[in-house]
Amino acid sequence: MSTAFLTSEVRKPIDPMLPHLATIQDVKPTAVGISMFSLVFADPEERANYRFQAGQFNMLYLPGAGEVAISLSSDPGQPEVLGHTIRDAGSVTRAIGRLKAGDVIGVRGPYGSAWPLNKTRGSNLVIVAGGIGLAPLRPVILSILRQRSAYGQVVLLYGARTPADLLYTDEFDQWRQGGIDVQVTVDLGEESWRGLVGVVPQLFYRIRIDHKKTAVMACGPEIMMRFVIYEALARRIPKDRIYISMERNMKCAVGFCGHCQFGPTFICKQGPVLNFAAIEPFFGKEDF
Amino acid sequence: MSASLPRVSASVAMPKGSLQQVFDNLRAAGYTLVGPTVRDSAIVLDEIDGLDDLPQGWTDEQQPAHYRLKKAPDNQYFSYGVGPHSWKQFLHPSRLRLFSVEKNNGSWTIRPSQEPPPRYAFIGVRACDVAAIGIQDRVLIGSEFRDPHYAARREQVFVLAVNCSHSGATCFCASMKTGPKVTGGFDLALTELPDIFLVEIGSEAGAEVLGDVPWEAATAFDLGRASRVIQRAERQDGRHMLTDDLPDVLYENLESPQWDEVATRCLSCANCTLVCPTCFCTTVEDVSNLRATSAERIRVADSCFNRDFSHVHGGNSRPTIRSRYRQWLTHKLASWIDQFGTSGCVGCGRCITWCPVGIEITEEVNAIRAKGGK
Ligand SMILES: Cc1cc2nc3c(=O)[nH]c(=O)nc-3n(C[C@H](O)[C@H](O)[C@H](O)COP(=O)(O)OP(=O)(O)OC[C@H]3O[C@@H](n4cnc5c(N)ncnc54)[C@H](O)[C@@H]3O)c2cc1C
Ligand code: SF4
Ligand code: SF4
Ligand code: FES
Repeated sequence: MSTAFLTSEVRKPIDPMLPHLATIQDVKPTAVGISMFSLVFADPEERANYRFQAGQFNMLYLPGAGEVAISLSSDPGQPEVLGHTIRDAGSVTRAIGRLKAGDVIGVRGPYGSAWPLNKTRGSNLVIVAGGIGLAPLRPVILSILRQRSAYGQVVLLYGARTPADLLYTDEFDQWRQGGIDVQVTVDLGEESWRGLVGVVPQLFYRIRIDHKKTAVMACGPEIMMRFVIYEALARRIPKDRIYISMERNMKCAVGFCGHCQFGPTFICKQGPVLNFAAIEPFFGKEDF
Repeated sequence: MSASLPRVSASVAMPKGSLQQVFDNLRAAGYTLVGPTVRDSAIVLDEIDGLDDLPQGWTDEQQPAHYRLKKAPDNQYFSYGVGPHSWKQFLHPSRLRLFSVEKNNGSWTIRPSQEPPPRYAFIGVRACDVAAIGIQDRVLIGSEFRDPHYAARREQVFVLAVNCSHSGATCFCASMKTGPKVTGGFDLALTELPDIFLVEIGSEAGAEVLGDVPWEAATAFDLGRASRVIQRAERQDGRHMLTDDLPDVLYENLESPQWDEVATRCLSCANCTLVCPTCFCTTVEDVSNLRATSAERIRVADSCFNRDFSHVHGGNSRPTIRSRYRQWLTHKLASWIDQFGTSGCVGCGRCITWCPVGIEITEEVNAIRAKGGK
């Protein structure tokens, strides 16, 4: 019988849940319990056609273990090698953490929304990250570095629990030389730590912002993002210029499994990057 | 009697016993018939062979947390409402292998599931359930991503619908504007009268299936009797839901004390999502053989009432029954509309009947409206 959705396209037996095979080219320890994996698709056609935008993610799969959502943390300008920064957080990420160069992994993607790198051209950017939250923002930084003059003032406010939890520290100098003001803090310092101690939102006090021309991009624990939004609003940055990347349990990434729902949004489709003005009625509601 | 086929959208009268001939024609055309039948003191959906398998002479009594079969005063084939099953168990099976993987010399071979799905003829689909199938279409094949497993089953389905002559105490299809009359999305739609079936032709496939079946053009008398049967069912709808202020009334009351109140009664057992014909949520199980040389991914039905549903490492975004019930109700009646342009509730009443503690979706909306509380 006929309905609007039974078009000939349906007949294509392409299952969006089927992974492609990729080979691990390189594994680089990046922080405590966190490694950066470089992946290359086995299929040359997939390798040639794959493109992604800063903020999007892939589903990574290991047979018998499961599948997890992991952001792309490499340069979107070099889509032939996929960089994923993965923290050992549980059963699947631990199994992935045991893989070595040459091993095979399943990949499907890219999924989800992107950071508004085009929309914010010409404006100042405050990039705020907590812990592993810097992973989906690294592609933003790498993209900006390639066309630094397209943006105004660019600040990175980054914090982690301890110095050993900070990601990409070996790249900070390069980012600074490229014209990004990198401000770093940790919750708990240790003897050798010479930097700032305190939570990320406090870093807002160290910067001067012209609220009329500034956008905020934030990723980290939800509680951190709540305070970031508070600080941004206090500096009269408009709600619709605040973007956050959200996380929910994900089992499909294509809108079928229902797990990632956040009110009317499917985080896997309309997110993970969401405009604060659009989700404000739901954001911060207890256990929502 | 006529030798030619009736045209689409025509209504014809057919002797009741001829329904068997329709079944035979469907089977000859390669369909597997599924329809209502009595099992374990309930009317369930299962494979059927013929008229004998239908719950002829049975009706049901439904109330919150109450379902009982009893003898009907008439000897009709379709004098009951919807039971605990719905058609989603055939179109969106609760357990389905997505693919298997063989590991060999460091690489893998991925084999998609390739068993061709059965070609189903659904017998006795009620208006609310036709609407529910349309809703699952939007969810599973209506966006840029399409579920090929659902599509493969769905596009072959033959829908033999039935207009309700008997509406239950937990039904509210009229409020949700889905029934009791079937208005589209069927191949054939029956209205059962004491002496005949009035058959509305919904598609070419429907007309063809009538083939050698004796039929006559419906008379004004037959059409009048049929519409009175449906009107009576509509009057019988036992529950009602005001929908004018949805979704706003739910979005505006996400912190209502009513969520705490319902959480003291709700067991978070997931029965409501299991019986609901539109709930689509799934999770995936990963299994491997002992030597880990092969593995499978199996998609299984899931529910937002299961605690693990919203697990994230080091936490859970909906740890309380209050938050899970709120997700269920706001999804059904509010966010579903934003997501798919339609309510997620068709008013079938299953969640009311099969809730072990008799929580009523209709009453909960009323209570939130009355209490407010933001
Ligand atoms: C859009 C998005 C991007 C992400 N990007 C990264 C990243 O770049 N690097 C990184 O290390 N982590 C990232 N995560 C988190 C990562 O998905 C979880 O750490 C991972 O799923 C944990 O799985 P596990 O099996 O190891 O843990 P367990 O606690 O054993 O989890 C069991 C299952 O629950 C689900 N699950 C658990 N936690 C999460 C979670 N936080 N988000 C979604 N599903 C979850 C997964 O299906 C997982 O397999 C991202 C999550 C999302 C939603
Ligand atoms: S929410 Fe209840 S009444 Fe509505 S469609 Fe689902 S089971 Fe039927
Ligand atoms: S109500 Fe719950 S189980 Fe049903 S579709 Fe919505 S999230 Fe899924
Ligand atoms: S992850 Fe399955 S619906 Fe979003």
